[in-house]
Amino acid sequence: MDINTKKLMKNAFRVTKERGHTASRIRIPGGHLDVTLLPFIQEIAQKYGNGTIHITVRQGLEIPGIKFEDIPKVNALLQPIISGIATRQEAPGTGYPASGTRNVSACIGNRVCPYACYDTTGLAQRIEDAVYPNDLHFKIALTGCPNDCAKVRMHDFGIIGMTLPQFDSSRCASCGACERYCRKKSVGAISMVNNRPNRSAQKCVGCGECVINCPTRAWTRSKEQYFRLVLLGRTGKRNPRLAVDFIKWTDADSIIKIITNTYDYVKEYIDPSAPGGKEHIGYIVDRTGVQEYLKWAMKDVKLPSCAEIEQTLYWGGPQY
Amino acid sequence: MGYRLTESGINELLQELSKDYVLFAPKRYEGGNTFSGVDCIRYGEITSVDEIETDAKSDYSFKEILLPLSQTLFYFTEDDIKQPQSRQKSALVFLRSCDFHAVKRLDEIYLRNGAPDAYYSRLRERCRFVLIGCPKAFSTCYCVDMGTNIAEGWDAAFEKKNDGFYMSSPQTELAELIQKHSANETDFTPSFVAETPVKVTVPDGLSVAVAKASMWREYDSRCIACGRCNFACPTCTCFSMQDVFYQDNGKVGERRRVQASCMVDGFTDVAGGGSYRQKNGDRMRFKTLHKVCDFKKRFGYHMCVGCGRCDDICPEYISFSHIINRLGDAMKEVNGNG
Repeated sequence: MDINTKKLMKNAFRVTKERGHTASRIRIPGGHLDVTLLPFIQEIAQKYGNGTIHITVRQGLEIPGIKFEDIPKVNALLQPIISGIATRQEAPGTGYPASGTRNVSACIGNRVCPYACYDTTGLAQRIEDAVYPNDLHFKIALTGCPNDCAKVRMHDFGIIGMTLPQFDSSRCASCGACERYCRKKSVGAISMVNNRPNRSAQKCVGCGECVINCPTRAWTRSKEQYFRLVLLGRTGKRNPRLAVDFIKWTDADSIIKIITNTYDYVKEYIDPSAPGGKEHIGYIVDRTGVQEYLKWAMKDVKLPSCAEIEQTLYWGGPQY
Repeated sequence: MGYRLTESGINELLQELSKDYVLFAPKRYEGGNTFSGVDCIRYGEITSVDEIETDAKSDYSFKEILLPLSQTLFYFTEDDIKQPQSRQKSALVFLRSCDFHAVKRLDEIYLRNGAPDAYYSRLRERCRFVLIGCPKAFSTCYCVDMGTNIAEGWDAAFEKKNDGFYMSSPQTELAELIQKHSANETDFTPSFVAETPVKVTVPDGLSVAVAKASMWREYDSRCIACGRCNFACPTCTCFSMQDVFYQDNGKVGERRRVQASCMVDGFTDVAGGGSYRQKNGDRMRFKTLHKVCDFKKRFGYHMCVGCGRCDDICPEYISFSHIINRLGDAMKEVNGNG
């Protein structure tokens, strides 16, 4: 058996415990899949795999038990899935062109969830389109609201949906629901002054509990969808840590620009001797310093006027 | 007799009417509802016919025009009070039959139940109504069973059809205006709903004795006492008063009247710290009996008009029409032959 494992991995196959066997990794940005694609996945698993699939932690699918020699046939069968999801590719029938940048994962978002402030799947697909294919090890996750069900603070880029609550005092009946729900379910940003809610812009996390619980439409959502961008969280061995707040009230265009800028930064500063060309962005930033990173990340980024940037970024987590 | 108007014709009519009237109609507020990307349909000022939402039921009723959610009655200083100027123009309100029937209920409470209410009268006197023809009931409507599906006595009627907009008015002055901007004269009677998907029966002999029935206990936990049913209801008339002292200068301020909800905490608070109907099921019972029992005893007809907005808006999926339909069994239970 002679096979180039570097090429195999770049082609989104895995070197597994079982000698001569691999697993095919299917990207599903935003974790949302048209069921017409399921029969193709089943066909690969039954014909070339061991008849099972694994739902990965990043919302992709992995088909284990495939023999190395069947990779070209599996790539051919992957084509309807790759085309159906509109994953960018080098040539039809050749499978995935890269695997370094991981599947962009997302919570179910506002297509279904009442709390979500935006279409997480849609933005995940937009981001996938901007960053894939790419060999660099980037992890991006999106969540619809500050509940952060998608646990985005464990990713290089965590995108948290926000709405900027709009208050129409002429529709307020002083029921106090906004104050109560904000206090009990969120951050307690609302206090009642003269029978009307007073929202602390500093405390508000843009979760929309006030809007959701207002019975009269005195509170409504902003037309603009905003996000909190949190940076450089990671799991792993040396120093696992949660992502820290970077920009509050940013927009989708700025986020995509910051992410693509970061690819340029990583290309410049990645440890050339990093095993497998894989180094968490956070370790690179630890080496160059945050200011150098921000210089690259914020190049040509035009933030909305309400955006608030954290000037100092400190990460915590245990150091082993 | 009526008239058919083209879109440009009716827009000219609306423009001419707006010299004398503020035009209110159900409007679609894009993204204006609770959840992201969901529109809210509620009453607002319109200037053209395409702003009138005719395909969907409004989440909130026309009531807000006559009973603003929050209304400043006057401003006060240490020495003086000053009333804010009320609406200069008259209001022309586009509404469906059920809501037109609700006007009668509001009038009953604010004009004929003791001394007329000045703040209501002031807005009501200069309010005229255009009936929106209603060809088909929505999924939660039960106007037919509440006897509110057919309306009479409106100032004009309006209906959007495939080949244009149809209008008529029994009043010469309005009819002439409509004719002036019409494409042709034609037969037109506004459509009325004849059947609804939801059927309700208010049991004969319904009395306050039903308060002892076990059904209300279910709503102790199901209901979250948010008040949406009251705020969306075209016939809920309760309000609270607020005296507000401005923070910069505690000696001046304003008196406001705000809509109140019998489902929301604080509604039954009294001087001395008393508070009644603590259980949400008891609040539900109070509201229900007001809508389909005690109002009728006093005025001879039910308060509820069967618009179904309370069903549509309840975040806990409590159906008011279902509650009405449970009252028969509840009466049997309390009468001891259940």
